[in-house]
Amino acid sequence: MTLPATGNLEKALASGHFAVTAECGPPRGADPDVIRRKGNVLKEYTDAVNVTDNQTAVVRMSSMASCVILGEMGIDPVLQMTVRDRNRIALQSDVLGASALGIRNILCLSGDHQSFGDHPGAKNVHDLDSVQLIDTLRIMRDESKFLSGQEIKGRPDIFIGCVENPFADPFDIRAMRLAKKVRAGAQFVQTQCVFNVEKFTQWMGMVRDLRIHEKAFVLAGITPLKSPAMARYMKNSVPGMDVPDLLIERMESVPKERYRDEGVAICLETVEAVRNIEGIAGIHIMAIEWEDIVPEIVKKAGLFPCPSL
Amino acid sequence: MRLSYPASIRIIKMPCTGRVDTIHILEAFQSGADGVCLVGCLEGDCHFIAGNIRAGKRVRYARVLLDEAGIGGNRLEMYNLSASDGRKFAQFMREMTEKIIGLGPNPIKTVRRLAPDALRGGLH
Amino acid sequence: MIVADRKPFDEIMKMIAPYERILLLGCNECVTVCAVGGTKETALLASQIRMKRQMEGRAADVGERTLERQCDPEYANTLAGALDDYDAVLSLACGCGVQFISESYPGVPVLPAVNTRFMGVTVEAGVWAERCQGCGNCVLDRTCGICPVARCAKSIMNGPCGGSHGGACEVNDDIPCAWQLIIDRLKAKGGLQAYSDIEKARDWSTSRDGGPRKRIREDMAL
Repeated sequence: MTLPATGNLEKALASGHFAVTAECGPPRGADPDVIRRKGNVLKEYTDAVNVTDNQTAVVRMSSMASCVILGEMGIDPVLQMTVRDRNRIALQSDVLGASALGIRNILCLSGDHQSFGDHPGAKNVHDLDSVQLIDTLRIMRDESKFLSGQEIKGRPDIFIGCVENPFADPFDIRAMRLAKKVRAGAQFVQTQCVFNVEKFTQWMGMVRDLRIHEKAFVLAGITPLKSPAMARYMKNSVPGMDVPDLLIERMESVPKERYRDEGVAICLETVEAVRNIEGIAGIHIMAIEWEDIVPEIVKKAGLFPCPSL
Repeated sequence: MRLSYPASIRIIKMPCTGRVDTIHILEAFQSGADGVCLVGCLEGDCHFIAGNIRAGKRVRYARVLLDEAGIGGNRLEMYNLSASDGRKFAQFMREMTEKIIGLGPNPIKTVRRLAPDALRGGLH
Repeated sequence: MIVADRKPFDEIMKMIAPYERILLLGCNECVTVCAVGGTKETALLASQIRMKRQMEGRAADVGERTLERQCDPEYANTLAGALDDYDAVLSLACGCGVQFISESYPGVPVLPAVNTRFMGVTVEAGVWAERCQGCGNCVLDRTCGICPVARCAKSIMNGPCGGSHGGACEVNDDIPCAWQLIIDRLKAKGGLQAYSDIEKARDWSTSRDGGPRKRIREDMAL
């Protein structure tokens, strides 16, 4: 089965266009209109829209359900799958379900530890890790087999994605780890959001040395800052974030009414910088609970209209 | 020096406060003591190197156990002084006694007075 | 060794509330090493309970005994007859000891005074940390002697995740990132090449996930 925009992301990347994806945070409730409203904001300005999977281990509407809602609106959805909450049986089952519903893009990730979320007493699963999940998806698609080796009747069609954090430690293996994921089957990569352009450039150098950019499409993560408080919070309280003090100072140097403008300005500079890095195939905009700003960013970055294929 | 200190204090001599085990402290309260204090050498002057330091740690641990049991860790004190400082010893003993009088008797004795028939098992 | 923490005192008092005569049972092995259930700790807990009971106006009939191990019939059998004098046993041993004493003497309630936490090591005096999860499929030869199952919060086999920062785990700065440790060791040995190998999906059926486990050596049956 396909949805109206199924395969849009893969086609956009394969044709060499600079792709734009964005993230949609699902609601902490059962109201589908929240997704529809966000979808309407993002639809014309993106090649695909991700829906997070219980991000920060906080219970939200499932990524799968949200992806179906977006798909019906004519958006190519990206299903995010963490390995924190589901074992290999549930994961493979969800892959079959996603494919049956026309969801083609699946992003594999470990998932934030449940101690960060609203149910810290939950059991964590981690039956597979993210690399093993990517491997599993590839086997399901290319060999039409389950992890157990048994045949799948009705091969799923998947465009396999992964994440990597160039700003986590230890830095020197961060490109090697991405290489592992690509070897396991990852076809597109969305990185953690870039604030430290210098470090990101260095990381991309390592990525190119390993020729990862020739085998997978790398999209740089972009997040607009809303306020100095947000910048400080991300720097100090979110694991794996690298927010240079210079940016915080810039945010603090403008009056309150101009916080958002400055945040968008920094964001556009970052987009411009990453576009010029060899090996970058697009950007992934994570404007958490600020999805409304995405159209402005995409337009001002000169990335609108999106190529329609 | 013929300085006086309260007669309600019973002194038990040890070669070093480090020889005091936590159970000794608890058993003293179990036997009905209203307060217990360890008196040891100044930190750094221990003849056995760090016996008084270890005693200090055991005192902190014992206070937690005494709070849990409802006796009250504030009935336990440790004082460090030079062995020849008679004046300080007397002063500490007076302070301790005043404090314990303020706290009242060991709670296990209070109950015993109120309900003597309830205690069939008794102490070991 | 197995490491445990003593239960909160109030919880213990509540657990023993229905019983008059209680035997505190310590263990001379793991819980002695981690200073929670050996002879000393048994004596301290007994003293606390006696004093608390007296304050409640109840009999303070508390006995103390320490076995070499509570997880072995050779030592559990030494209690035969002694339990007639008690209404309940409060064991300071790990969960294994509590259960074995309970199985050995089904007529007597055997209560846990400690919360068994993990299999671990003495890092330094007074500090014990988890090292092994008993997964039944040891890969320490491939990870330079550091266990990713027990020491990584997500049991990642192809780590580290994106939350590793400054050598610490994203869960808590006090927890070293197991994969940082493994990578450091690989580098010291001169080979990050091994890092590129993909560790395939694990068979967890040898772990607790496969159901309660048993080991048998028939040649040792008496």
